[in-house]
Amino acid sequence: MTALVDIAGLDVAFPLRRSLFARPRLLRAVAGVDLAIGRGEVVGLVGESGSGKTTLARAVMRLVAPTAGQIRFDGIDITHRDRAAMRALRRRMQMIFQDPYSSLNPRLRVRDIIGEAYAIHGIGTPRDRRERAEAMLARVGLPADALDRFPHEFSGGQRQRIGIARALATGAEFVVADEPVSALDVSVQAQVLNLLQDLQQSLGLAMLFIAHDLGVVQHISDRIVVLYLGRVMEVAPSDVLYTQPRHPYTAALLGATPARLRGEIPSPLSPPSGCVFRTRCPYAIAPCASVVPRLIEVTPGHAKACIRDDVLRG
Amino acid sequence: MARVTVAVSPGLLLLHRLLRRRLAAAALLVLVAVLAGGLLAPWIVPYAPQRMDILHRLAAPSRLHWLGTDEFGRDVLTRIVYGARLSLLVGGLVMLVATGCGLLLGLLAGYVRRLDGVLMRVTDALMAFPDILLAIALMAALGPSLIDVVVALATVQTPRVARVVRGAVLVLRELQFVEAAEALGATDARVMRVHLLPNLISPLVVQATFIFAAAILTEAALSFLGAGVPPTVPSWGNMIAAAQLYMQQADWLILAPGIAILLTVLSLQVLGDGLRDALDPRLRRLMR
Repeated sequence: MTALVDIAGLDVAFPLRRSLFARPRLLRAVAGVDLAIGRGEVVGLVGESGSGKTTLARAVMRLVAPTAGQIRFDGIDITHRDRAAMRALRRRMQMIFQDPYSSLNPRLRVRDIIGEAYAIHGIGTPRDRRERAEAMLARVGLPADALDRFPHEFSGGQRQRIGIARALATGAEFVVADEPVSALDVSVQAQVLNLLQDLQQSLGLAMLFIAHDLGVVQHISDRIVVLYLGRVMEVAPSDVLYTQPRHPYTAALLGATPARLRGEIPSPLSPPSGCVFRTRCPYAIAPCASVVPRLIEVTPGHAKACIRDDVLRG
Repeated sequence: MARVTVAVSPGLLLLHRLLRRRLAAAALLVLVAVLAGGLLAPWIVPYAPQRMDILHRLAAPSRLHWLGTDEFGRDVLTRIVYGARLSLLVGGLVMLVATGCGLLLGLLAGYVRRLDGVLMRVTDALMAFPDILLAIALMAALGPSLIDVVVALATVQTPRVARVVRGAVLVLRELQFVEAAEALGATDARVMRVHLLPNLISPLVVQATFIFAAAILTEAALSFLGAGVPPTVPSWGNMIAAAQLYMQQADWLILAPGIAILLTVLSLQVLGDGLRDALDPRLRRLMR
């Protein structure tokens, strides 16, 4: 089976120029990530703030240009496609944003926010776009009269539903959800999460579901990828990851290690040598500073990037 | 009885909030009066602007001539009202041209990254000159007609608008709805038209009132220096320039146009401040 989304050796770096005459330094936000997402599969992407999750998502959506590696969507290489050539594919891949406030244009009515998807892709006639938008609203659990209102008339949860309706309006097969509930009240999080799960199942969506803690992605994800400083630390089917984390970072995120995570995530401008996690790892040993751990499969479908096989044996 | 919510247009809401500020309301009143005077000039003034009354030269304010007469016996009030016409025309045109051009340049500089450096260096260069000096230089190159004054003043003001618009665009482009539009496949033109432009109206309106004021002031200064519209045209700056010779004998000659300029420009500034305050809550919410 070929994957719907296939990412190989993806690197995204931003040049940072301190002054006019200094040589720009590279901020490597994503470093050598391999990731495949099958049709209808939900992959959870987890990591702290600054681990490169959003950059990875934006690269997959081709909102930023990768510096190296390859991204294929349904077999089509989109790594270097220009904007015009991407347009047709965007109908099939969409994104749900983190902030329900800034992700909706305050000057547009809901019908125009959702209708923009139809307008850009020439879906339907201007007349039946209203009906289409109404149907989308119904799918996300909002009444039809919401169409003529402005975003500020809605609560955070309702706004996020509008954002979801916009993302699904074009009939996408693949949706990137960038922390879609982390800006919402806890009481609303579960509702929106359930909605996403329902939609995913009924539409057979493939998803890249981003979260900064493992709790949110557990139920919706088939597989989970743990990212740290732009590198994949561990990949495993979701039930396995929660019960048998094999990487110290995953274990720390789950709160399963004796020592909690110490300090802050290092700056991606000067990542630690060897294993990037070693500075905060309770199990770090001398070779960790020199050996860059490769992602090695420990059991089928479960891989970790850690040289210590003697700890966290499940 | 069921509560009825009435949809109020944002424009009306803004007007309401503006009028709640007394100073801004007063300023608006003055400007409406000036505007009405300028528009209706031929019908409300008792004399023709060029009519000379040699027997009553430099006459003090009286019931016949409320603001006195000048050195040719022309009615000062009449010329003030006609001067308002010119000032408003110049100010309004400069405002339109400068905000239009500035908006376009600012949008391009802020959203199309490649153009940013070039456009901003050009605006820096233009802004490096003192306003009045640049205006005089342009007038010298262009010629002394009304259109030339507008072109010169618009050239002076456009960089300011471009700067403000660019700044606002730099904030807006980082908001997720712009990214959402890009993810949907929107073209640059669409992002600018649908997502950036409507959110720029507020800062633009405020900027426009200040430009209006600055244009009136600079036009008067140009006329005063003899670099503006031809001296025969009744303009506030021309009137002050001509009055210099007689100000010992006839201080009303210099006071009348001076106060007219002061009131108009002050009102525009106050209105601009009021507009900014009235618009601010929305701006802040947008830029959060």
